[in-house]
Amino acid sequence: MKWQRSRIRLDKDNRAFWTGGAEAKLNIHKCNDCGGFNHPPREFCRHCQSENVAPFAVSGAGVIDTYTVNHQKWAPDMEVPFVIARVRLDDAPGVYLTTNIINSPVDSVDIDDKVQVVFEEQDGIWYPLFEKVA
Amino acid sequence: MGREAYISGVGISEVGVRLTRSPLGLTMDAIKEAIDDAGLTFDQIDGVSTYPGKMQTFMGFSPIGVDEVIEACGLKTRWHTGAAEATAQLGAIADAAAAVRSGLARHVICFRTVYEAAAMVRPEEFPPLERRKDVTGNSQWVSPFGAFSAACWTAQFAMRHMKRYGMTREQLAQVAINDHRNAALNPRAIVREPLTMDTYMAARLISTPFCLYDCDRFTDASTVVIVSAGDALDEVTATPIRIAATAGSCERYSWDQAEWAAAYPTGRDLWKNTDYTAKDLDTVQLYDGFAFQPITWLEGLGICEVGEGHKFIEGGTRIALDGELPMNTGGGQLGWGRLHGFGYAYESVVQLRGQGGARQIKGEPKLAVATSGGGPMAAALLLARD
Repeated sequence: MKWQRSRIRLDKDNRAFWTGGAEAKLNIHKCNDCGGFNHPPREFCRHCQSENVAPFAVSGAGVIDTYTVNHQKWAPDMEVPFVIARVRLDDAPGVYLTTNIINSPVDSVDIDDKVQVVFEEQDGIWYPLFEKVA
Repeated sequence: MGREAYISGVGISEVGVRLTRSPLGLTMDAIKEAIDDAGLTFDQIDGVSTYPGKMQTFMGFSPIGVDEVIEACGLKTRWHTGAAEATAQLGAIADAAAAVRSGLARHVICFRTVYEAAAMVRPEEFPPLERRKDVTGNSQWVSPFGAFSAACWTAQFAMRHMKRYGMTREQLAQVAINDHRNAALNPRAIVREPLTMDTYMAARLISTPFCLYDCDRFTDASTVVIVSAGDALDEVTATPIRIAATAGSCERYSWDQAEWAAAYPTGRDLWKNTDYTAKDLDTVQLYDGFAFQPITWLEGLGICEVGEGHKFIEGGTRIALDGELPMNTGGGQLGWGRLHGFGYAYESVVQLRGQGGARQIKGEPKLAVATSGGGPMAAALLLARD
């Protein structure tokens, strides 16, 4: 699965998320007033409307909430099949990440599997992917 | 009656793939048919509503805006809207109902024109949505992972149903099989032949559990509904269908942050706005851009329990034309074509008026629901023949 991933236009809200992998950090916006997590990252906390939100490095551990095995080549350089999953992060309640589950056969992936973040870098963007925890 | 809203006329253009007639031509075909159906003339129309409005960056998806319709029809309007941020496709009709109820307009043309199939083969005229080098907004959270299509997003909700509630591909298949069977009886539908379970099961996979037959395909068409105020019905010659309730909801705007599809809160809300209950429904016209979506609507509307939708449609007899709750009687988007939401309102009116011909359901149906939206935003209309 080595296709050219969509490049991200970095801005003040999303930069910490997409570049945190350089320091092996999965950064999720957290409110310093109410403690709530916010994703996608924005200027305001969606729980308490505080502007006191900042990136917070979570553990990168999570669980597969749901997934699909994609068979369609949406781009010419895409290698199929591969797993697209929605991961629920252990220590960021309410946050899901759409991602890929890598380094496992596609038919070995299941809901509720425990997973851990791994980063794949392309052109300065660190894409948070996940792999199953043994 | 003065504070009620009605659908007074419906119209639809030729529905096809890679049509050569212009998108405005298709739109005018559907408008003229709807105006004639209602028994109105252009000088009686004082409102226009569309979803999502002209999209210059994605012309095939929505090539025609309110402005072209006002000009081409020579209208003098007092209210109009065209909003990509409405509560899903049928939100354009719900908004028109609100406008006529509040006296802002008397007769509103509501339209949805799609031109995605023709646009693909005529990119010079209709430039495709550029897969930009730098993504931003909501697409940045899904497209880097190959989840470009709503097929991949919706498939994950379907997969959760399989794992959590035991839905099978054979159960899911009933949506496409029912759509094909009904489309074959609808002379204006794209699909002409029934679909067998064997053909369905052998089809190539798109994004599990969806195969080719679970995904609607690019279509060229225009669908029109005329919404009229209750106190303007004396100008209408067709049998009016009352918009008994509307609902539209959004709890998270991001596809991948929503715990459930918006069909669930929208379905519940619809019944809060009426004295009818789900048991009163004679037919359901449920959004099926992807085959799993009607299952969420059956559950969301309370027609069955959450986690039971696939059992409700199992075997297909209950939702067939002669079943206890006929579903997507015109063929839905998997059979009729990707009319993008408005087809469900059109077909509800046809059935409630008894004009379905070979696909007309039995008895004298009085109540139908039309829904649109399969992700984090959705809209529903409850339609009644009084």
